[in-house]
Amino acid sequence: MSGSGEAVGAILILVGAIFSLISAIGGIRLPDVYTRSHAASKSSTLGVLCALVGTLLFFLISDGYFSIRLILGIFFVFLTAPVAAHVLCRSAYRNDVPLVGTAEDELKDYYMENENTDEDKEEVTENEAPAIKLIDNETPLQVSET
Amino acid sequence: MIFQTILLIALGILMLSILANMYRVVKGPSGADRVQALDSIGINMIASIAAYSVLFHTHAFFDLILLIGILSFIGTIAFARFIERGVVIERKR
Repeated sequence: MSGSGEAVGAILILVGAIFSLISAIGGIRLPDVYTRSHAASKSSTLGVLCALVGTLLFFLISDGYFSIRLILGIFFVFLTAPVAAHVLCRSAYRNDVPLVGTAEDELKDYYMENENTDEDKEEVTENEAPAIKLIDNETPLQVSET
Repeated sequence: MIFQTILLIALGILMLSILANMYRVVKGPSGADRVQALDSIGINMIASIAAYSVLFHTHAFFDLILLIGILSFIGTIAFARFIERGVVIERKR
């Protein structure tokens, strides 16, 4: 009766563990921050999704217990792991971590232009910041008086 | 019996992958490497808790899966903001 549930859960968890091992080997062997992040985020997310789906199916088939918390965990991991990898790669790029390989850095020209405009905008806002603060201090008084 | 053996093998493979990520935490040249490896260790811990709860046939640890996922995500975002800007929470002007 519970043999099929055990088989499905064990096989899916084993496949997820093997995906996690492959992602960890990619994290050791790849030469760069970005390629390592590529390996770690995608393959490790797929591995943990396989393991959690295996757990869900095991408890659903063998016990008839459907866990909302496990569904929520699957959804949350699936949603947040690529976002974390994206933010980490962006922080590494902005700290000028070098990228290894034959591909040329196509982001750099656009990024330098963008950074220059950002600096100009920051200077402008720094110059205008006291005026904005004065207006913000005055406007609630006028509103309260009227 | 085969069921428990397969689950123990899966737990051993997950332990090996956590050790490989620990190598990257120790040796990684930049900070983003270390934070990425720690995030991957958190994800492997989630998978290990799932395998453990299947092995012992209990559903008392499902809250732990959700909790470790949320804490790992928040820690990774905080470290990435610290690496990128130098502060975690910016002061309002």
